[in-house]
Amino acid sequence: MKALTEMNPRLRAGLGFGLGAVVLFAAAPALLTDFRLSLLAKYLCFAIVAVGIGLAWGRGGLLTLGQGVFFGLGGYAMAMHLKLADAGEGNMPDFMELYGQLDELPAWWAPFANPAFALAATVLLPMLVAFGLGSLVFRRRVRGAYFAILSQALAAAMVILLIGQQGTTGGTNGLTDIEGFFGYDLDDPVNQRMVYFIIAGVLLALLALTRQLMHSRYGELLVAVRDSEERVRFLGYNPANVKLVAYVVAAGMAGLAGALFVPAVGIISPALIGIVPSIEFVIGVAVGGRAALLGPVLGAVAVAWAKTALSERFPGTWTYLQGAMFVLVVAFLPGGLASLWGMVKRRKEATAPPTPPAEQPVLVKEAAA
Amino acid sequence: MTVILGQLFTGVSIGAVLLLIALGLALTFGQMNVINMAHGEFIMAGAYTTYVLQQTITDAGLSLLVALPIAFAVAGAMGVLLEWALIRRLYTRPLDTLLVTWGVSLMLQQLARDVFGAPNVQTAAPDILTESTSLGADLSIANSRLFILGLVVLAVAALTAALKFTPLGRRIRAVVQNRDLAAVSGIPTGRVDRLTFFIGSGLAGVAGVALTLLGPIGPTMGTNIIIDAFLVVVVGGIGQLKGSVIVAFVLGMLQAMVEYLTTLSVAKVIVFIAIVAFLQWRPQGLFTLRTRSLA
Amino acid sequence: MLRFPRRRLAAGAVALAAALAVSACGSKTGENDSAGGVTADTSGDTVKVGLLNSLSGTMAISEVTVRDAIMLAVEEINAAGGVLGKKIAPVGEDGASDWPTFAEKAEKLIKVDRVAAVFGCWTSASRKAVKPVFEENKALLFYPVQYEGLEQSPYIFYTGATTNQQIVPGLDYLKAQGKKSVYLVGSDYVFPRTANKIIKAYAEANGLKVLGEDYAPLGSTEFGTIVNKVKASKAEAVFNTLNGDSNVAFFKEYKSAGLTAASMPVVSVSIAEEEVKSIGTQYLAGQLTAWNYYQTTSGAANDKFVKAYKAKFGADKPTSDPMEAAYVSVYLWKAMVEKAGSFDVEKVKGAADGVTFEAPEGLVTIDGATQHIHKTARIGKIGDDGLITEVWNSGGPVKPDPYLKGYTWATGLS
Repeated sequence: MKALTEMNPRLRAGLGFGLGAVVLFAAAPALLTDFRLSLLAKYLCFAIVAVGIGLAWGRGGLLTLGQGVFFGLGGYAMAMHLKLADAGEGNMPDFMELYGQLDELPAWWAPFANPAFALAATVLLPMLVAFGLGSLVFRRRVRGAYFAILSQALAAAMVILLIGQQGTTGGTNGLTDIEGFFGYDLDDPVNQRMVYFIIAGVLLALLALTRQLMHSRYGELLVAVRDSEERVRFLGYNPANVKLVAYVVAAGMAGLAGALFVPAVGIISPALIGIVPSIEFVIGVAVGGRAALLGPVLGAVAVAWAKTALSERFPGTWTYLQGAMFVLVVAFLPGGLASLWGMVKRRKEATAPPTPPAEQPVLVKEAAA
Repeated sequence: MTVILGQLFTGVSIGAVLLLIALGLALTFGQMNVINMAHGEFIMAGAYTTYVLQQTITDAGLSLLVALPIAFAVAGAMGVLLEWALIRRLYTRPLDTLLVTWGVSLMLQQLARDVFGAPNVQTAAPDILTESTSLGADLSIANSRLFILGLVVLAVAALTAALKFTPLGRRIRAVVQNRDLAAVSGIPTGRVDRLTFFIGSGLAGVAGVALTLLGPIGPTMGTNIIIDAFLVVVVGGIGQLKGSVIVAFVLGMLQAMVEYLTTLSVAKVIVFIAIVAFLQWRPQGLFTLRTRSLA
Repeated sequence: MLRFPRRRLAAGAVALAAALAVSACGSKTGENDSAGGVTADTSGDTVKVGLLNSLSGTMAISEVTVRDAIMLAVEEINAAGGVLGKKIAPVGEDGASDWPTFAEKAEKLIKVDRVAAVFGCWTSASRKAVKPVFEENKALLFYPVQYEGLEQSPYIFYTGATTNQQIVPGLDYLKAQGKKSVYLVGSDYVFPRTANKIIKAYAEANGLKVLGEDYAPLGSTEFGTIVNKVKASKAEAVFNTLNGDSNVAFFKEYKSAGLTAASMPVVSVSIAEEEVKSIGTQYLAGQLTAWNYYQTTSGAANDKFVKAYKAKFGADKPTSDPMEAAYVSVYLWKAMVEKAGSFDVEKVKGAADGVTFEAPEGLVTIDGATQHIHKTARIGKIGDDGLITEVWNSGGPVKPDPYLKGYTWATGLS
């Protein structure tokens, strides 16, 4: 225990990643049934979104309640490609003929037939939208609650827009019945496992990337902007750009998560984009611990798992449990479950001789809007 | 032409409904900076109060009038309870109040489902409020919407007067403008907060009574309208009522006009775009309270 | 400003993922895989069935009553000795009004609980979300709600009406009443949009004028503008495919605008007795509905059903079409299993054609080719007491035609 805290932080991080890889790549597939593993794949997609929110909100103070939009953009981009691939060259996806009565593929669908374009779009499209909205909003110093409500309204508007274009987007149904993933049959459990491994790999890679970002000079600047935007401005930096980077990176991660969600679950629909799922993404982060690196990941997985487990066990009362969990954690444990670790450590340190301060992110009082 | 006039009135009445919902928020969010996502459930509580009262008072008109003050008290009491139990611990973390109250709203919805059943319930309206007043050949105005317009005018007038002329109003304004200075001047800020929350939440209850005339009464009735109401307060500007009043009617009118020319979906999206564009021009909303704070 | 030192470990993790992914490749699309689905667990003296309805979220309004009706059927069957000597053990799951959750719970019921059949779903979106799950695992779903047609999954039995058993008769009725023009109002999702497409094709062929078409987002409760447009159009009738909460707001606005059932009747396809109760007869009396069953439908089977339902859930609880269709679906499954002499999905499917049941709505027969059922279409008028009384019926069960192949005006719709 003591040896662990005194270890070189880089070595410790390396060990952590190694442990994570073992759990995700060896333990989970060995212990879980195919069904539970496919659920875990879904949770890990939410965890990827959570990593981005952890960066933007935990480190940057940007409470984004519209991550569903970016998740959806990535998911739709991927699903559009897979639907076109399922239909085969020159054919239209099944639902278009049924509901859209279109004679030919709409022009904005056509490029998604190209796998490279679709893959790039899953990440770049959300980043582009985030850049557009972010550069408008941050430059004008819209922040705090204003930003949160605006991002929420964006999610609502996106859902209405998608549903209204039923002939080309599938409306409320979304894009369903996706059979193949770049040529591999998704009905086959072996391929489902492959999708799981890809998701787990992406999650680990993004965690590594985020850790780098948090420990870079940029990461310091981001925390500084969160804690005192005006001081950062006086130091000669433009806080708008600092926030914009975090927002765009978080959007890209959400898009990637959405894209991976599609082969894992086989559906993308407006139900995954609106206000409620967007808040649920944030809730996972809050429960886990917004400012820690692993907090959002564990929180997102725990909340999603609890939702499944509680609703299976207590179909009538699980909503109370879910609501109570959010209320208790956010109100009384603002650092999330990750801060429990810190508390335990502090209690130990209080009795033990003083040690050099550990590298532990401390949640500073959030800047009031 | 008559259609255009009819639409103009529809715009005004959409604005009135928006304002009625947003009025309580203008207090709790606008004055106190608390984002209360359970506000929609307080509206629901007001609507269910009307329903419960109608089980004993069968005269629709009378029960509606009795419901107004009782719903105000019921929703207000719920607000005070919420403030006392949770929100006062979170004044330094405004964004966290959003998440906490969202959890509360989940629980309140499920509570409504368990107490009153999952299906919507019905309330009877007095006959006069289900009819319309004719203004010429094809033009008529729904009485229920006139009633709501009247109610909202009354509520705004009462609230403005209360903020301006009563000792409580002066205290509320003092706390909004400078909490610390208010505290050292001997104003019990905790009690002022609680009273503000009582009034804001109570107004949600009143809105709930009015909404029984227009829409469904069910566990999820609050969630559909709450975001629009928040947008009204954000665009109107924090700290003052007049911004919310103007913005509610402008947005109502905009929505009615665009919807008439296109569809409701397009109207909602265009209203959103208009809001983002507006905030480019005035990021703090229509009216801002001038303070010396940097933020 | 941004600095990225090399991360060997991260790179290693990605490489590991890639290696595992490639080594774990399974069959390609189009290859014949032998994955045969999951067989139901019928080893004990009970047989499990899954109940999949929304008990929370916006759709709980409607789906809770469907769950109740299914439970009633299950209890009745168990009291009478069960199916093939086995008692039915229902496993309930909450779809939470969220389509991906429906898919997750369906998979859980099939793979973990290994149920013999699943009863439930309401919205088309939830059905579309679970359809691949049932097809992939070769498991059975009984879907109890009227819907937009244009679907025929080999693993779904549709016990609600398809379009030619509800919408087309509704239009026939309007035409017979001499209505020459109609305004279409619907919620913005698959059912209303598809229904209105069919209505427009019908209208063109039958000299009916469609004067306007408007959609409101699901859950929308602001109908001022739409009612203004409807009123200004001076249409002779309104065809209403709104769903859920929106109906309440629409009818309150409709009445307030001075429009009445006498001057401009509304034919609704999603308002049953339960919804009448929540909107209020004050606003609805005299308006029309199109369904296959009403609480007032005459017949011994319905008397028994209504009596049993009220005894179990309360005298003030009405029965409605989707509830009846859900109740019937359990009995139809029982009849199919008994005819097949087995719970095996393929055998049950094989036995389906021609299976009949004396339902509350009258005799229903499964059409094996489409897996829909023959149903009698009924137009009803909402009375002051909140009940709906039949004013017209199709004279006998109508053969299901989900793709409207038997109607010349409908060519090109599917």
